[in-house]
Amino acid sequence: MTELPLIGEAVAVAAHGSDLRQLNGAKIGVVTFPGTLDDRDAVRAVRLAGATPVALWHADTTLGDVDAVVIPGGFSYGDYLRAGAISRFAPLMSKIIDAANSEARLPVLGICNGFQILTESHLLPGSMIKNDHLKFMCRDQVLRVENNTTDWTRDYAAGQEITVPLKNQDGQYIADEKTLDALEAEGRVVFRYVGFNPNGSRRDIAGISNAAGNVVGLMPHPEHAVEAGFGPEEGSGTEGLGFFTSVLNKIVGDNK
Amino acid sequence: MTETTTGLTAGTAAETKKFNIDTVENAAKTPDVELPWAELGLKQNEFDEVVKVLGRRPTGAELAMYSVMWSEHCSYKSSKNHLRQFGEKVTAEMKKDMLVGIGENAGVTNLGDGWAVTFKIESHNSPSFVEPYQGAATGIGGIVRDIISMGARPVAVMDPLRFGAIDHPDTARVMHGAVAGIGGYGNSLGLPNIGGEMVFDSVYQGNPLVNALAVGVMRHEDIRLANASGKGNKVVLFGARTGGDGIGGASVLASESFDDTKPSKRPAVQVGDPFAEKVLIECCLELFKGSLVEGIQDLGAAGISCATSELASNGDGGMQVELTSVLLRDPTLTPGEILMSESQERMMAVVTPENIAAFEAVMDKWAVEYSWLGEVTDTGRLIITWEGEVIVDVDPRTVAHDGPVYDRPYARPEWQDAVQADSFTGSVQDAGRPSAPAELAAAVTELVASPNMCSKAWITQQYDRYVGGNTAMAFPDDAGVVRVDEETGLGVALATDANGRYTYLDPYHGAQLALAEAYRNVATSGAVPMAVSDCLNFGSPEDPDVMWQLAEAIRGLSDACMVLGIPVTGGNVSLYNQTGTTPIHPSPVVAVLGKFDDVARRTPSGWKEDGQAIYLLGTTAAELDGSEWSNMRGHLGGLPPKVDLAAERALGEILINASRDGMVDAAHDLSEGGLAAALVESSLRYGVGARIALQDVLDRDGVDLFTALFSETQGRAIVSVPRSEEIRFTDMCTARGFAHARIGVVDAESGTLEITGVETMDLAALREAHEGTLPKYFG
Repeated sequence: MTELPLIGEAVAVAAHGSDLRQLNGAKIGVVTFPGTLDDRDAVRAVRLAGATPVALWHADTTLGDVDAVVIPGGFSYGDYLRAGAISRFAPLMSKIIDAANSEARLPVLGICNGFQILTESHLLPGSMIKNDHLKFMCRDQVLRVENNTTDWTRDYAAGQEITVPLKNQDGQYIADEKTLDALEAEGRVVFRYVGFNPNGSRRDIAGISNAAGNVVGLMPHPEHAVEAGFGPEEGSGTEGLGFFTSVLNKIVGDNK
Repeated sequence: MTETTTGLTAGTAAETKKFNIDTVENAAKTPDVELPWAELGLKQNEFDEVVKVLGRRPTGAELAMYSVMWSEHCSYKSSKNHLRQFGEKVTAEMKKDMLVGIGENAGVTNLGDGWAVTFKIESHNSPSFVEPYQGAATGIGGIVRDIISMGARPVAVMDPLRFGAIDHPDTARVMHGAVAGIGGYGNSLGLPNIGGEMVFDSVYQGNPLVNALAVGVMRHEDIRLANASGKGNKVVLFGARTGGDGIGGASVLASESFDDTKPSKRPAVQVGDPFAEKVLIECCLELFKGSLVEGIQDLGAAGISCATSELASNGDGGMQVELTSVLLRDPTLTPGEILMSESQERMMAVVTPENIAAFEAVMDKWAVEYSWLGEVTDTGRLIITWEGEVIVDVDPRTVAHDGPVYDRPYARPEWQDAVQADSFTGSVQDAGRPSAPAELAAAVTELVASPNMCSKAWITQQYDRYVGGNTAMAFPDDAGVVRVDEETGLGVALATDANGRYTYLDPYHGAQLALAEAYRNVATSGAVPMAVSDCLNFGSPEDPDVMWQLAEAIRGLSDACMVLGIPVTGGNVSLYNQTGTTPIHPSPVVAVLGKFDDVARRTPSGWKEDGQAIYLLGTTAAELDGSEWSNMRGHLGGLPPKVDLAAERALGEILINASRDGMVDAAHDLSEGGLAAALVESSLRYGVGARIALQDVLDRDGVDLFTALFSETQGRAIVSVPRSEEIRFTDMCTARGFAHARIGVVDAESGTLEITGVETMDLAALREAHEGTLPKYFG
């Protein structure tokens, strides 16, 4: 993506009280599939966090030199087969899977349809089925950060509650009991719905990680809660920004 | 879906040689062949006119083209004479920001800083009754393609909906289907749904109104028009393949074919594929960015007939097209069916020979199918061939623009006087008007739980309002607000409104009231109203009563646009919305677009800060005729509230200035349900209560408490004003001579809405009543 609007630097600096411009070297890739919808939002979130977004196309065969990857939400391939089931076969996905499993442990965040693609890719266990009430639902959702040691949550406090938008049709997280028990035992339940389970997800699970904590997937949308006035009305409206600053700090820390 | 009957065979032209092709040559030789013009919807005089224009009988393919293009839907033949007023009643001042006016796919308005905005509202009413999900879905799809055709990136949609009685058994079918269709399609496109309307009335039982609005933005240099210019430039059709869906009355075209194996019944409702549309959006934007198309047109009503004839007619020459080059979903389609098919997610463009390779590269990147159909010529003729044989040879203007125009007879209905004389006040239904504090509290609660006034959250939470990250305001605020420029905060506000009951009582003023409310909503949000798009939903124009309603509504609307200084830039007319001889209430849905220099200063409809002063702007008269209260009591008669456009303008200026200078934190317009509805809505918006005393207003305006709460007098709004701004705000109102009364304060602690003379209402109970209605009926 070449002509990205130059927004956000000042906002990011204001939000974090430090000059983040030094971090602009960190490159975070945002993948676009046919039918991806929230890629522009993810790009904005990356920029507001102070990093440099890099547009990645599903048919690309290289990840270039990105330091992390966001797979944003949408309806890739229309979700006509099963959400994420076709996208997992994209040329770029095999690169992402390899990089996520490599020793370097590339940080990967899957949001909504991105989460579905990650489960279809077997980077994360379980699957998503239609919401228990059978309708699309869009609302401001409170989440509890259950694990603040992943690459994407280290800027949050353990147990912190954040409000981010949720919007999906197929958001009900399911897995067999054994898998769920294992996720709980290993601290891989990263987010849980608080107050209201919007889709019937098992054990109120909103997001999970892989064992190493570099791959995180969740149904709600942190990239829609990065700018006050354009996100949730509850809370600061920017409580999703921590995802992106977390990975940025991780990247910068690793490079030190 | 047609696929189920034909299989998903990708048809190619070569397989379709079974037709007895009616060529132009053949038509000239066989003047007496019987043609099914009546079944295709043409009248005798119209068919005669086609023969006169061509100097011979039309071929089957030509007949197909003329029949769809001369239909009411495409030609505006009954309304054209009246619609002219929208173009005539404009001043130079109103035109100053209009970059593209009526007549193109959508009008374009200058936003400044090199930005332009295009928006349009359209109907998809009948399909949404027959097949609510697909009807509503493809309504969104069609209007979005209109916006893309202008060269814009679509940035938001809205959906004004009118259904039958909430408790009628068929209403749930239409409601569930239409809402799921709008959500299913719009959500998959990545377009935030930022507002709309929801009205239940038995007049819409057999004719629900499913209107759809889309708005898009572009840089000035990216504006594209639908014309085919430049001899030798290539014509390309791209997007979805052409299938048998959306062919109205196509069965009669079977006379064209010898083949009995083709599907006998074509669905008249189109089937949408939002994924294909989303890809088409991105693909078109990439084409625009590379300046790879000279002209572009979406395929909507009348499909290829419309696209070829309009492109050629708007261009400087002619066009030659080989119809067998069209990629088909169903290889058995006849030439006439291909010309009439309304398969969705298709676009037609004109490309210079030099850009062909680059164009194809974009198509390949997005895996969009395309086929080169022909080229632009300088003959002034639209020639369509089938394997080289000429089956259409027409002057494109006669198809696209010079269709029949009717001066339909119209007259003020005989019943109009009796209806207007039947005022709610003093009627049987008005008996036992609430007056005791407990009665008034019960009345307020009943009002906000009523079908038309209840919370629409059940609908709107099925729509994505966040995608794009530029939604600054959406339901339930007065207007939807979208940021256009992330650097400066430049943005637009949009509101749609209509009141079928008001318009039934008085079409001229009813239409003006719709405009006034949309204007007020936009101004209440803090935006400066700039342009209008309208969707005129009426009954049959062949009924002089209905035709009078239409004529009066257009006259009223165009007069009011002049006074408010905002032009109509486009829209749509939907006629024949009636069951048997019973028409719907005349329902002109009016969309107003406003501009923000910075959306950060938008004004939400609810108050938050404890202790802020609440002001009522405007005066209240006893105007209950046509009101929600009278509707709840089963009465419709009398005269609608008075229109005072000067007052609307003055109120608008106050609200805009108050927003610009940070004098108000909340503002909510008063419309259906009057002050009672507004006070409850502003309290429930953030769950913050208020203490209200209306005695000064009652004394000043000479009305009782019930009237003050339920009257629907126009030109009013409530605002909450920070203490520090009160003097400045009231000075501004005084200087402008605008009535304002301090009616109370925000009370963040109490959790109640307290109105002197009304039993105190608990916000939690109000919320339960307000939000419980739709789930109760629709699950």
